[in-house]
Parts: sequence; C-alpha cells; structure tokens
Amino acid sequence: MLSRVAQNLYWMSRYVERAEDTARLINVNTNLLLDLPRSAQFGWEPLIYITGSHEHFFEHFGRAGEVAVVSFLTGDLQNPGSILSSFTSARENLRTTRDVMPREAWEALNHIFLYVRDNLANGVSPRGREHFLREVIQGCQRFNGFLEGCLSHTPARDFVLLGRYLERADMTTRILDVRSASLLTRESELAPFQGIQWMSVLKSLSAYQMYRQQVRARVRGQDVLAYLLQDPLFPRTVRFCLARLKEGLHGLPRAEAAMASVDAAERQVLEADVEALANAGLHEFIDDLQIGLGAIHDAISATYFTYHEKDAVPAAA
Amino acid sequence: MSSLDWHNYPTEGFYDELIASGSVPRPTARALCEYLASLSDAELAERKEAAEIAIRVMGITFTVYSEGGMIDRAWPFDIMPRIIPLTEWTRIEAGLKQRVAALNLFIDDLYHEQKVIKDGILPADVLAQSVNFRPQCVGITPPHRVWAHICGSDLVRDKDGTMYVLEDNLRVPSGVSYMLENRVVTKRVLPELFESTRILPVDDYPSQLYDMLAAMSPRPGDDPQIVVMTPGIYNSAYFEHAYLAQQMGVELVEGSDLVVGDDDCCYMRTIYGLKRVDVIYRRIDDLFLDPEAFNPESTLGARGLMRAWRAGKVALANAPGAGVADDKVVYAYVPEIIKYYLDQDPILPNVPSYLCMRDKDRDHVLANLDKLVVKPANESGGYGMLVGPHSTAEKRAAFAELIRANPRNYMAQPTLTISTSPTLCDGHAEPRHVDLRPFILSGPQTYVTTGGLTRVALVKGSLVVNSSQGGGSKDTWIVDLEEA
Repeated sequence: MLSRVAQNLYWMSRYVERAEDTARLINVNTNLLLDLPRSAQFGWEPLIYITGSHEHFFEHFGRAGEVAVVSFLTGDLQNPGSILSSFTSARENLRTTRDVMPREAWEALNHIFLYVRDNLANGVSPRGREHFLREVIQGCQRFNGFLEGCLSHTPARDFVLLGRYLERADMTTRILDVRSASLLTRESELAPFQGIQWMSVLKSLSAYQMYRQQVRARVRGQDVLAYLLQDPLFPRTVRFCLARLKEGLHGLPRAEAAMASVDAAERQVLEADVEALANAGLHEFIDDLQIGLGAIHDAISATYFTYHEKDAVPAAA
Repeated sequence: MSSLDWHNYPTEGFYDELIASGSVPRPTARALCEYLASLSDAELAERKEAAEIAIRVMGITFTVYSEGGMIDRAWPFDIMPRIIPLTEWTRIEAGLKQRVAALNLFIDDLYHEQKVIKDGILPADVLAQSVNFRPQCVGITPPHRVWAHICGSDLVRDKDGTMYVLEDNLRVPSGVSYMLENRVVTKRVLPELFESTRILPVDDYPSQLYDMLAAMSPRPGDDPQIVVMTPGIYNSAYFEHAYLAQQMGVELVEGSDLVVGDDDCCYMRTIYGLKRVDVIYRRIDDLFLDPEAFNPESTLGARGLMRAWRAGKVALANAPGAGVADDKVVYAYVPEIIKYYLDQDPILPNVPSYLCMRDKDRDHVLANLDKLVVKPANESGGYGMLVGPHSTAEKRAAFAELIRANPRNYMAQPTLTISTSPTLCDGHAEPRHVDLRPFILSGPQTYVTTGGLTRVALVKGSLVVNSSQGGGSKDTWIVDLEEA
C-alpha cells in the first residue's frame, strides 16, 4: 500500500471521528445548559477550549455566545475542525482512495456531507439542532458500519482504526481536561450541580448508560475519571482506544516505534493514581497524556507516511 | 413496433455508418436495425434509462472544470452502437500497425542519426521548430526501440466512405476506459444482440496493456513492479487512470509517491518502505514529468525520473519525447515516412494537408481560408483551430496574420464531410457525426483494440465530439458477417 493512500485513509478516519465527537459535544452541552440555573452557567466557552480552537475563535468572535459557538463548530469552513470542514476533508481524502474502500462507504460519506451542507441552519436553531446532530452521528455510524461490515482486514483497515481511535482518545482526554477543570474545584459555585455535570461528561461520550451498569455508586468525580481513563470495556475510554491502536498496529509492518509509543501511553493511563488526580494535578496529567498521544501520531506518521528516503531500507520487491 | 422507422432516416449528403443510401440498413447493421425497430417506444426508452442507470452505478464519469470547481459528470452515452464490418476493420488494423511501426522508427531515428533529414525526407526546419522535440532524449534507446507504446489515432470517414487518419496522439491519449465501459453497458442494455450477432470482444485491452508494460521492465525475469502515474484527482482523465490501474491490478501513483535514489533507481513510498518501480505508465505530459530535467516548477512529477530513465533503471510509457511525431506538420509527412522506413505504400490515407511553411501551399491556404480547416502544429484537443466555413471574415483575417507571422506553426486541410451514425434523440434515430479512436499498443508485438472509442457529436449538425462540449460516445462493434 502506498504511503499516500495510507495517510489519506488515516486522516479520513480521523475527520469522520472528529465530526461525530463534535456533534456529541454540542448535543450534550445544549441539554446540560437547559438543566442548569442561569446564574450557574458556564455557557459555551468550554467547547471552544475542548476542540482546541480558542485562538482561532477569539480572533473572529468577541464573545463565546451560543449562536457564535454552534455556528463555528458546525458549519464554519474557516474553522478546520467544524463538522462541515471535517466532512469536507474526509471526503477529499476518500476521493483519492475510493478504490480500496467499499463503495457504500463512499456513498454514506457523500450523503452525510450533503446533508450537513444543506441543513446548516437547523444545526444552529435550538429546535432543529438535536435532529441535525443525531443525523450527523448516525451518518458517521453508518459510514463506520459499512467499513466494519465490508472492508477486508488489510492494512487499509488498520489505518482506519489508527485514525479513528487516536482521534477518539484525543477527544476523550480533551473533554476530561476542560470539564474537570471547573468540576474539581471544590469551592466552585456550581458545586450543587456537580452530579449533573459529571453525568454530562459521561453523556457527551455516550457513556452514561454503560457507566451505570458497571459502577453502581452515585456519580462521583473520581469514579468517572477512573472509568473514562481506565475502563477496558467501554469503546470510548482512553484505555480502550489505546488497545485498538495496538490491534491496528499489529497488522502493519515496521510497527516497533509506534507500538512502543502506544505502550508508553497505556502505562501512563494504567499507572495513574486517579484518587490523587481528582484532587490535584489532573490538568498536568492530561497534558502529559496528550503529549503521549501526539507521540503516537508522530511515530505513525514518521514510519508510514513521511519517512525520509535515507532512513528507509528499500523493501524486497 | 416503435416509431423508429428506418425508411424515413435521412442519408442524403453524408456517409452513414449503419444505413446505406436509400435508407436501407447495411448488411452488418441489419440485425441491429431490425431489433431496434421491433422495440416499442416504451421499451426503447427503458433501454436508454437502463444505460443511464448503469453509468451512474458504475460511476463512469469525466471531470470538467466549471466556476464552482471540479465536478464529476456522468459520461454521455448513446445506446445505438456504431458498426464496422470485420473485413473493413482488418484492413484498418493493418494500416494502423503499419503507421505506428513507421512512426516509432521515425522517432527513434530523430533521437539518433536523423537519417530521415539527411536523406531529404523531412526538412531540418520542421524538426528545429518542433516544440515537442526533447534534446534530453537524444541518444537514448528505449526497450525494443519503441517510443510511442500507446497510440490513439483519430479516424474519420468522408462522404465517399474513405476512412482517413486525422491525427495520431502519441503523448498521453485517453478514452480507452470509456471504450471498455461502453461495451459493458451495451451488453447490459442489448444482450439479445450479442447472442445472435458475432460481435468481437474488446475486453482484452487491460491484459494486453499489462503484458506490453511488463515486457519493458529493466529487470526481466522478476515479477515487474508496474505503476500508473497520474497528475491527480483534478485531471479530466483521472477516472481512466484509476480505472486502468484497477483493471491491471497495479498501484496508481502521483509524482510525490515516487523517489529516485542516488542509485538512479525509482522507488515508490509504501508503508513497507521504499519499493522499486520498474515500469511507469505515465499519464502526465513530458514537461511536468521531472522538475530536474524539465519544468522546475512542476509539482506533479518526480525529481530525477529522467535520470533514472536515461540510466535504463526504469521504463516510461510513452517514452519522453515521443510527442515529436505528434505534430500536425509532421503529420503531413507520415505517408512519406511510411514509404521511407518500411518501403510500403500507406494502407490508410492521410487527410490531404497544406503546410503553410511551403510557399505554394501557403498561398493556397490564404486564398481559401473560408473552405479550409486551419490547425496549429502543436495543440491537441481542438484548441486554436479555424474552421473556415463556420468562421467570420474578421476571424479569417486574424488567422491570416497568424499564419504569415509563423507559417511553420500552421497547416490546413479541406473540411471533410464526416460520416454519421444513427443516434437516439428524443425517441427517434437521427444522424449524428462520429469519429473513431482506436488504440495501438507497441511492444514486442503490436496490438490494436477491436474497434476503438466512437465519439459522437450529440448536437445536431455539430462536428465537436469532445465530451466537455456536447459530445458523447457509443459502443463500437466489429461484426463478423461470415460467422453470423
């Protein structure tokens, strides 16, 4: 498989995952704000930080109001991380790799791209938003479903896995980072609503239901943290994502460096003292973890996509 | 019974491929014409719709540039095939083989001894002013001494039924994928006729192409690594590049995927590391192939590719510089070139041509601009042409100036009355002008596609067959009556 094709598949998969994660985030925030008293609202600003687009956002908007944030995250083509931009990029990447992908996946991606492009107004309006975001999530699920059902387990699928789970791990750590900052501060004026907010963290990852089945106690900060970092079974926890990355790398040649970087991140997650982190140092911990995820990307990229000619031993023809 | 009534089909003034004068179907077309007439209007419409659906589902597209960016358009297709009798085709095939053999000898000579000039066949001026002659190729001997491995020659038929060669495309001719897909669609839409008529198959092309490319490998014996090189997704023929790569089971690469090492070998970047490439079917123009040797601005090519090719470490099809024979002035000399290298009379005639560099010809051209088609020497795709009978006095005056300023760059031909073939228009069969582009593969053996791509001007009276300008295409049947 050509490096360029592998790289396109990897990014395509990341972009689709990004679109889905962003849709989930907006959805949960919308619901959460309806539950919180006006005085206790932290509003829409955290979403800008979670998606890492604060610099870009505040260049163009003075205040992180609902309409500005939601339009920025859904249909703003100036924002490379918006849902529409993500689908546009995913589509461009898939265009040149159509040969290796099932035809239905291409059609599904086209379909959701066109839906988003033509229904942006619904995404911003409070009444149409939920339906719009659900369509986005379902569109991504449909796309992933075709890959799951119809894509052979060749390197093509491995790169799809790598892109999807690295993006997902990244998003889960971002959500933990930004949401926890306000929640773990004890004297926060939002204290009475902590339970609701921790539930919203779980919900933005569609983890609430599974969490309740496994963790019987009342929703507590440190339990949620432990669950989202270390649970091996729920498909959006950091640990789970890292395990899938290993599965993806397993099918690929020359994976030693990338595998070592995943191992390092996994150790970091498993060895985390969650109880202590709930009190102090979470932000620094997540920072380190993000650096670890960055290292995985760099290793994958350097091994398979952008390796320097001089470092690459010609493979046997 | 449909409203398709061949008795009313007009055949005056043109040669029609299927219907002889007096509105009688030609012998090879009889089965088709009777069959089509036996369909009801609704059935005929159904077939047409089935073809359109097949084209959409198969994703047969071509890319056009418009204000909104690049878009993929469905390939315009007419369900009524164009038919050529096998007896006639056998002669055309021989003519094409002869022509391409001579052209390859000619190109090889130009990059070596240039005997053709020394012996006074081709004026030295013609070569000196050729924009497609590549000094970088002088002295190179590609495998089998073949330069134009893939040639697409355009044929047209005049009023009296004579088939002429209009031009030879020796650079990166396209269209063969549509020829193949047109057959797939037609088999779905008119399966009955394939049972009752002996229609020669066309689907051998990808394997013939693969074999020809494999035979060029600098590492014989090994399983050669062949790639198709495309300028990328925004090229109008990208569909074809991807299609051919897929049909041959080889990688579709872009320039950035290729690396030429210090060992002058060409490699592609794969997830396994660098992998040696032996043969490149490049669908990218000479000047963009290698920024080291040609246009330094090119981002489409691969740095060092010419170095690797000259060192014999990688084979390129077509060879760089092959376009020197793909020049409308050189074209005029092809009959003499055939005679010179093969000592044979040309089997297929050229369209009579007037070279503006010759004083006598130029006078004739300038005096008859309203009757002639004037073509620039080095453009392809119909750009920069003057079609005399359809032009204005102003345009002709401007062209006269151009010709006087640069006579070497212009040649002229009489306006041919190009043949027609019945085409389904609003439920009726109407005559539309067609041409034919067969493809010729030259390697250790020469292979000619069975028929070729028939392009049709879908607009009434139009002679423009380009898909971006209202042209479409048809399946082309070589029919063997003996066996029917």
